Amino acid sequence: MGEQALSFLFLREPNIRLVVAGVLLLSLISALVGCFTFLRKRSLMGDAIAHSVLPGICVAFLLNNEKNPALLLLGALLSGLLSVALMEAISRRRLARPDTALSLLLSTFFGLGIVLLTYIQHQGFAAQAGLEKYLFGKAAGITSADVQLLGISAILIIASILLLRRGFTLLAFDEEYARAAGWPVPALQFCLSVLTVWAVSVGIQAVGVVLMAALLITPALAARFWTHSIARMLLLAACIGMLSGYTGAFVSFLSPGMPTGPWIVVAATLLAGISMLFAPRSGVLARWQTHRNNRNTMLRENILKLFYQLGEKSGNLQQSVLEEDLLNQRAFAPQALRRGLRTLELKGLLLHHLHAYQLSDEGLREARRVVRLHRLWELYLQRYLHLAPDHVHDDAEAMEHVITPEIEEQLEHLLQNPERDPHNTAIPPKA
Amino acid sequence: MNANDLLILLTACLVTLACVIPGSFLVLRRMTMFGDALSHAVLPGIVVAYLLSGSLHGWPMLLSATLTGLLVTLLIETVQQKMRVQSDAAIGLIYTFLFAIGVILVTLFSRQTDLDQECVLYGDLALIPFETRYAGLPGAVWTTLLIDLALVLVVWMGYRAFWSATFDAGFARASGFSVLFWHYVLMAMVSLATVSAFESVGAILVISLMVGPPALAALFARTLRQMLVLAALFGLLSCLLGYLLATRLDASIAGAIATTNGLLFGLGIALRKAISH
Repeated sequence: MGEQALSFLFLREPNIRLVVAGVLLLSLISALVGCFTFLRKRSLMGDAIAHSVLPGICVAFLLNNEKNPALLLLGALLSGLLSVALMEAISRRRLARPDTALSLLLSTFFGLGIVLLTYIQHQGFAAQAGLEKYLFGKAAGITSADVQLLGISAILIIASILLLRRGFTLLAFDEEYARAAGWPVPALQFCLSVLTVWAVSVGIQAVGVVLMAALLITPALAARFWTHSIARMLLLAACIGMLSGYTGAFVSFLSPGMPTGPWIVVAATLLAGISMLFAPRSGVLARWQTHRNNRNTMLRENILKLFYQLGEKSGNLQQSVLEEDLLNQRAFAPQALRRGLRTLELKGLLLHHLHAYQLSDEGLREARRVVRLHRLWELYLQRYLHLAPDHVHDDAEAMEHVITPEIEEQLEHLLQNPERDPHNTAIPPKA
Repeated sequence: MNANDLLILLTACLVTLACVIPGSFLVLRRMTMFGDALSHAVLPGIVVAYLLSGSLHGWPMLLSATLTGLLVTLLIETVQQKMRVQSDAAIGLIYTFLFAIGVILVTLFSRQTDLDQECVLYGDLALIPFETRYAGLPGAVWTTLLIDLALVLVVWMGYRAFWSATFDAGFARASGFSVLFWHYVLMAMVSLATVSAFESVGAILVISLMVGPPALAALFARTLRQMLVLAALFGLLSCLLGYLLATRLDASIAGAIATTNGLLFGLGIALRKAISH
């Protein structure tokens, strides 16, 4: 087992090199093309195309009775493109909704493919064995002719993406703008369809009809979580795709009965899962963390503000306040309040003696800042949006936490350094 | 036509009926790809139930497939909402993953089962007459009949709710129907239909039966009732024609039915054009 694993990892046998090269190339191609279909929100198109190439492959086989990879690829391309064209025509003429058109053509073409395939099998052609690899995918069956074809396809597809990347990017993000700016949108769409059909046609023999969609979608989806730049997304998707491809080939090499395709998909999905959870900024954990931080900041600022307001009433801004008084004034969750008070104390913004708290000097400064932003915003709403004084409070409650010093300056300027808010209470001066 | 042919045709018709009922709602709610994904993604549930119970029929299979279907729905929605992934990619991610797991399970336990990849992909109606029979009819016929009855009953009882949840979610909510609940009911129906179709037509062509006849019916029907009835009739018609095509070519019956569905839709478009001119 260990010996075997090593001979795979170091690509010792020519056969292994062939399979690995093939799998890596087609994962690369589909990941790159998949990025664009993903960004255009047409990921399932790849699925439909994968099902639609089957009749083309069968017809190409029936016409010359042998498995010539180039001819089979041509057949696959033509039947894939035909189904894309039909899909577009049906949805454009509103004969069916786009999703219905997609499912209908997918199943019809695939059904036709199955009819032809079973017909070929029952006719007993000598050369037909191996056609079913297009159905289930069989990476171990990759031949050197396949690898050559894959290499050429990869070069051509990468070259077209490099050449058309500005157009494709526009198409992916803002089709309307591309149209208005005079880009040949239908031609670009056609090119992208050709590339997608092509990627699917070469990839299908390794992973099969059903799982082909994953090779397009999953690496792109995973890559999207790590970056906002399309160039980086393409690179990342390519790496994720190839890593999954390599893993799949490795597993099916170690246990020969295992199909490669499903393991490629499982590996890719795991990578996507990791990305969805742990990616910085877009990942679930990162977003959860940001959310929690924001909530805590808001809680702390609200507590400080309450101290200030109580102080205003009594005339002593740094008076001692009991926890119960705070709870009576504002509907805090008791536990959250206690947590907030503790953090504020640790940060040195509150002083704690026995059961009472009071603002420290620094705390007073911070409280003043929050109250000031709140009241500036209220005044702004009243003056510029003409809201009644009793309608401005709720909005200011939210805005006080997000107003930056720059916005504060602009507000001061617009309102000409005001002293009183719409409720005629004093706006604390800037520290 | 001998008794075996009749049995095959009967099974095909029953399966079609089971598929067009949830299929009509999928078409109207623009969720056919969700249905497609679901019909693939229940595979691991079917395999596990088969390994445990040793049969493609009976309540363990129905239960497991329904639960898997609901789980898949939940998973796709979680990825969509919690991970903020666009819906098409969320569907693609989850169903390919579960299907891959299903194929791996089939391969792992292939010695213990007579499930194989081919049967998973496109089933074989021609084998139905050779199954173990109960009271003179193959097990598949009984299961499918049961599922048909259940689906008709659910639609009949929840007709108002389905109707309003399909066409006007806001109205449904105002009338006190839980749109979410009926959404999950629909997904359970899709899973049941998949189970009924799995053995005879395989996981891929289920979607042809779910989408083909309803899409054709939608070209002509004016009410939901008309659509359901027409879809069932068109479904039966394509079963018959598909069966004839398959015997003529000596090819897969399920594949031929799917092809016929597409051809009938093309004919339907031509017919509608002729009528409107």
